[in-house]
Amino acid sequence: MTATATTPAASTSVIPTLEVRGMSKSFGSVQALIDVDFEVRDGEVMALVGDNGAGKSTLIKCIAGIHPADSGEIFFDGEPVTIHGPKDAVSLGIEVVYQDLALCDNLDVVQNMYLGREAHDQFQRLKEPVMEAKTAEVMKGLAVTTIKSIRQTVATLSGGQRQSVAVARAVLWNSRVVILDEPTAALGVAQTRQVLDLVARLAEQGLAVVLISHNLHDIFEVATRITVLRLGRSIAVYEREKTTQQEVVEAITAGTTSKVPGMARIAPEELT
Amino acid sequence: MSATPTTEPDAGRDRGRMALEAFSRSWLFVFLLLLLAFFWLSTPSGTFLTSANLSQIALSTSEVVLLAIGETFVIVTAGIDLSIGGILFFAAVCGGKVMLELSGTNAQVTAGVYPHATRAVLLGIVVALAAGTFWGAINGALITRMRLPPFIVTLGTYGMTFGFGDLLSGGTYLGAPVPTSFSHNFGQGKGLGIYYPIWLALVVLIVAHVFFRYARFGRYTSAIGSNDEASRRAGIAVDRHIVKVYTLAGFLAGMAGVLDLAIYTNTTSVSHLTDNLNAISAVVLGGTSLFGGVGTVLLSAVGAFIPTVLTNGLVIKNVQPFWQEVAVGATIIFAVYLDQLRRRRGGEGR
Repeated sequence: MTATATTPAASTSVIPTLEVRGMSKSFGSVQALIDVDFEVRDGEVMALVGDNGAGKSTLIKCIAGIHPADSGEIFFDGEPVTIHGPKDAVSLGIEVVYQDLALCDNLDVVQNMYLGREAHDQFQRLKEPVMEAKTAEVMKGLAVTTIKSIRQTVATLSGGQRQSVAVARAVLWNSRVVILDEPTAALGVAQTRQVLDLVARLAEQGLAVVLISHNLHDIFEVATRITVLRLGRSIAVYEREKTTQQEVVEAITAGTTSKVPGMARIAPEELT
Repeated sequence: MSATPTTEPDAGRDRGRMALEAFSRSWLFVFLLLLLAFFWLSTPSGTFLTSANLSQIALSTSEVVLLAIGETFVIVTAGIDLSIGGILFFAAVCGGKVMLELSGTNAQVTAGVYPHATRAVLLGIVVALAAGTFWGAINGALITRMRLPPFIVTLGTYGMTFGFGDLLSGGTYLGAPVPTSFSHNFGQGKGLGIYYPIWLALVVLIVAHVFFRYARFGRYTSAIGSNDEASRRAGIAVDRHIVKVYTLAGFLAGMAGVLDLAIYTNTTSVSHLTDNLNAISAVVLGGTSLFGGVGTVLLSAVGAFIPTVLTNGLVIKNVQPFWQEVAVGATIIFAVYLDQLRRRRGGEGR
């Protein structure tokens, strides 16, 4: 409906919440990331775009601790940090909402929100009222109002509602950085709208949001800045208000910078 | 707030789904009550619906109830355990052997004298439980470490447990009955008018229900059966949990083995060959989905009673008890059909 929700929060801090410098990663002879720089600040939606195989997913997985990076530095709030596994990323406050959702169909909304981190007392009894109240609170905070009952199973929800649950789960844990991997890929028009509003709201609440998408229309609606990856390199960062879709498309495909690598040439010392 | 249009399932379909849900939860109780009523009305009075007969039914179901509890957890993880009958038998043989060895000399035991009965029985119980737990852990380890399908692993251990058990027992009954005091004081003994094995099964049932419904253990079991990759990403130690679930099933099978010795004072492989199917039937009748993720421990116990009630009633009615197998088979097909129906309806909302 209203596209006004897409106005990004104006207050972006100067120190990036999450910053990656010079990250490289190879899988065998395939150089997936070459000297990538990336940053996202509080209260902004940083879009991460690039063609298939540009390295978007690899970059995210390195940040989330699923793959160890071969080299490069990560800074959180300006402090250097090391991420060795998913738990390190989570304890820093980095949450990833994966493309394939990772929800359990047969569990209800509350159970999914708390999956793996259930509130319980010393007798292992689950504190259902606590979890239910907190879930309701987060859903309300994110203005997710289309879910009738947070006690219905996820299987009964629509695609947009499921995506909302996945996003809300990422927010539940006082996270600072929320990374969304293709959140609108499989959704219809109305549901895409629903999720984009949600993405904008996350940034409004002061979170640093990373949005991976193929859909430039979506990106131009909610992103504050846009980072373009091509063939494993970060080649440009645009401010949404000072660029055009045309310019971004060119950066993704052909390139207007001198850093065009063509086929990724692998220097021997880069092979580890 | 923007009023985003959404695709809510309409109220009528919602009501239909709720009705189906309610029916699939309660039909088993109704079916069991109808069975009881049918046998009560169609048998001479004072034969079927007597406390002695009902106690007997419950006593002979207690072992299957224990097996079905373990099997419920396994099936909810989207696995299957075919070996629990074999584990029961193996555990009973091990426990029985220990009881006989320690309770007296060979001559004393064959003469029915057990000088060290108490010590022997207690140790035998421990050994049986340990043997059951061991095989359960083997199942879990093979499934998670070697990435083999549960069906194959437990089919293999089904054969192995019966084989080893028969090797130990010589392929027939144990040389002598286990100390009769064990049966007298426990297996055939009563507290508050109810056989002790029934009490035991009841207590285990309630504890298992609580853990399944109100603790993380049960929540993780459902989550893994629902979506193991999602569970892994949510930080659940999926493999370790699966090992725990199969170990629990093995432990409960060991406990059922102890009950076998306590109730019947002896054991033989032939009488346990289809225990696994009885347990799986009970679980499926109870509405637990073979596709994982959905189930209830309590209803599995109700399901365990259907075959025993049928057999008992048919015997009293002087009908060939083989009809029991026919009826149970048909009921299982009905139960799985209901589950399918529910799953199809459940997916509609997307």
